[in-house]
Amino acid sequence: MEYVIEMNNITKIFGNFKALDDVTFNVKKGEVHALLGENGAGKSTLMSVLFGLYQAEKGGIKINGNPVKINNPNDASTLKIGMVHQHFKLVHNFTVLESIILGRETVNMGILKKDDARKKVIALSERYKLKIDPDAYISDITVGMQQRVEILKMLYSDSEILIFDEPTAVLTPQEIEELMKIMKELVSEGKSIVFISHKLNEIKEAADRCTVLRKGKYIGTVDVETTTKEQMSEMMVGRKINFNIEKEDIETGNAILEVKNLTVKAKNSKKNIVNDVSFSAKAGEILCIAGIDGNGQSELVYGITGLIPIKEGQVLIKGKDITKEPVRKKSLDGMSHIPEDRHRHGLVLDFDLKQNSVLQTYFQPRFQKNGFIKFNAVKEYAKKLIKQYDIRSPRDEDSIVRNMSGGNQQKLIIARELDKDPDIVIAVQPTRGLDIGATEYIHKQLIAQRDHGKAVLLVSLELDEVMDVSDRILVIYEGEIVGDLDPKEITVEELGLYMAGSKRSDKYEKN
Amino acid sequence: MRRTRLLQYEEFTSFLSSLMAILAGLLVGLVILLISNAEDAFPAFLTILKGGFTDGTKGLAQVIYFAIPIIMTGLSVGFAFKTGLFNIGASGQFTMGAFVAIYIGIKWTFVPEGIHWLVALLGAMAAGAVWGSGPGILKAFFNVNEVITSIMMNYIGMYLVNMSIVKTVYDSLKNQTKPVLKSAVLPKAGMDKLFNTSNVSIGIFIVILAVIVIYIILQKTTFGYELKACGSNKEASRYAGINEKKSLILSMVIAGALSGLGGGLLYLSGSGKYIHVLDVLAPEGFSGISVALLGMSHPIGVFLAGLFIAHLEVGGFNIQLYNFVPEIIDMIIAVIIYCGAFALLFKQIIKRLLFKPVEEKAQDVKEPVKSSVISDDDYPVKPDVEEGIQTEMGAGNESPVVDTKTEENDTVQREEDI
Repeated sequence: MEYVIEMNNITKIFGNFKALDDVTFNVKKGEVHALLGENGAGKSTLMSVLFGLYQAEKGGIKINGNPVKINNPNDASTLKIGMVHQHFKLVHNFTVLESIILGRETVNMGILKKDDARKKVIALSERYKLKIDPDAYISDITVGMQQRVEILKMLYSDSEILIFDEPTAVLTPQEIEELMKIMKELVSEGKSIVFISHKLNEIKEAADRCTVLRKGKYIGTVDVETTTKEQMSEMMVGRKINFNIEKEDIETGNAILEVKNLTVKAKNSKKNIVNDVSFSAKAGEILCIAGIDGNGQSELVYGITGLIPIKEGQVLIKGKDITKEPVRKKSLDGMSHIPEDRHRHGLVLDFDLKQNSVLQTYFQPRFQKNGFIKFNAVKEYAKKLIKQYDIRSPRDEDSIVRNMSGGNQQKLIIARELDKDPDIVIAVQPTRGLDIGATEYIHKQLIAQRDHGKAVLLVSLELDEVMDVSDRILVIYEGEIVGDLDPKEITVEELGLYMAGSKRSDKYEKN
Repeated sequence: MRRTRLLQYEEFTSFLSSLMAILAGLLVGLVILLISNAEDAFPAFLTILKGGFTDGTKGLAQVIYFAIPIIMTGLSVGFAFKTGLFNIGASGQFTMGAFVAIYIGIKWTFVPEGIHWLVALLGAMAAGAVWGSGPGILKAFFNVNEVITSIMMNYIGMYLVNMSIVKTVYDSLKNQTKPVLKSAVLPKAGMDKLFNTSNVSIGIFIVILAVIVIYIILQKTTFGYELKACGSNKEASRYAGINEKKSLILSMVIAGALSGLGGGLLYLSGSGKYIHVLDVLAPEGFSGISVALLGMSHPIGVFLAGLFIAHLEVGGFNIQLYNFVPEIIDMIIAVIIYCGAFALLFKQIIKRLLFKPVEEKAQDVKEPVKSSVISDDDYPVKPDVEEGIQTEMGAGNESPVVDTKTEENDTVQREEDI
């Protein structure tokens, strides 16, 4: 069978760092070919070489059997290679139609001719069953439709090879299913698809073959049908991974964190982005807030932790009202917060590891005397955290945090937050952007907290995480809690319906 | 191996890159000299290089005299930089400080003679602090950009001072301030005899003291820790429970006090310097920006940079002998600052030059796949994967931006170290 893409022995070096080392990647015509690897394995770099964003130091590319040189994305476009980026590159105040034809407008004497374009777009959308409304504005349509717009954009420019960069990260389970159908439809029409992902379930479902990269090296290409998930993950990580999160049932205790009628106003409008939310997290429980990104979960956490002002409501820890307390007092009262954005909130990137390890505690007598920091004490403390939580960095406690890997940055935050011995840990997307190994580690830590009788409030967008780690799930939709679910009794599909707002528990009926 | 370790110290590479910037600036200066008058260019260039060393101790005294105000404004700007603020209002704070020092030096005859100068200096600091606090408060509570407000404060300060001079301490014949009382002039403490000129006083020691105090505040205290945390990541500071409004205002107050002290030190030095009633902003405030940039905002760096720029200025003064204009020095300084902006690039070049053979070694170390809990530590910073392809590439450290490249090398260093 002929290959549409042949990338042979690609080596790409950045400075002294081999991002790709002799990687071979061949895609057959009319297949969905998954590209699997952890963060930093070189998936994106490989695709950027194919897309003309980088030039490889060694190796050659053949498209349809002809050797080519791709110097920039325009060359890739000419070769009918298209890419759907993970974060869509759409203009928000354009209509769907305008977005699709952007860059390839049909013009007559400099005047835009939209009618021909409209016909073509509608024809394409019918042919590939991509439902869109050509006159809706991008800002008004759902993320799933935005993705379809991106796909149509590629089809409009007659792309034959479609690259999807982690396309499912932002979608609901229903939308993911739809995307899988679309991909199959595209393949049956003779297109070839490269599907970048680190989610094994999706690869198993959608892909025909799978190429695995690890640390810039080519590990192998397998037939998805005949390979188990465990085998693929072992190829990806280089060791066996335990998918089953071990968690014993334990008795829950008293409510640790209570949130009563919390309402947070949106920044620039009158809308309440968090609307009358009440719940309590008990000792020995991992309570998960599930929902699609942007449904108010970030604001809910910021409201609880005091990073943004709230409009109404109360927050209590162990019965003590902490609503009006400043952030530092909340932390002293037993609240730990593993923030959503570790670079923005969690760390001072230009500080070194030891300085970051005392970010909330530097003023305590053990770290300062008369306003002077006790550097030795800080250093010893940082060393202790490094040892206890296995934080790895180039120069240990003296490493500038900016130069540390994402996983170890996150471990530092977790070490710092858990070492405060909090009563409630609020963890927002704690495994975002981390590879399987680090994710496994962080889940273990959270479960350990729960087993010690602490309460954990976990906000997550990853369904697997929601289902596997939590003891109880609250679903948030448009700033309101719409369901209180037991992960043991609910299916992923049902959870998806709650997340998409098409289902509500009786208790949370809209009045 | 040792080379690598030395290079890990950012201070060292920063210093080297500053040196490269200076060389580039001097080269451009030479070119300008050649263009304007090729014949005398080389002797004039030598004069610039010699700077303060031309006239024996007098030359050195001149360098110190020039350096005192710009080190103070440089400290002021640099200190604010460390807390993430651009204090372009050093000029206004400087002027306010200068005026109050002169006013106290002339009018406050009730102060005991021995401490008159000290009171005048404290008054100067207070005036500068007040002038700095304005933009700080506006920034903290109303999020008004401190650049705009402090520029405004520069003009308000200048006109206010001009008006106040005319009303209080005006010498109408010369259109300038009256001389301050003898008791308010900074003590010489034998410096004048040592340097054989009357320009020097204990001022330089006060400057050194200020440098040390600022260094200690920034490096050793919880207060400095808070200030730097706010400067480098305001959001994270708030997350950590640091009162960022307080830090912001205090930072501007201290910066203002430093500039004000600079004004006081210059006008109380007894060198026959007076504030002229002109509609011109005090240039010392702006030189402070150059000094802070060249000194990388580090107190000791600022001290050396101030001395260096003063040295060049003395040289610039001297090249008038060859019919060159002293403004050439300003151009040289401008180019140095400009090149200073490429500091990262220079750092990169320095590292490249000293780094060649590492690659293969790094490869060897990386080979075995670790059976550890976290296996991604062979990779440097990965911001957030969800940021899309660009970021993840930045993560794989291949972004063309110079900044990221620095990280690459750090990776290599890391692998060598482990």
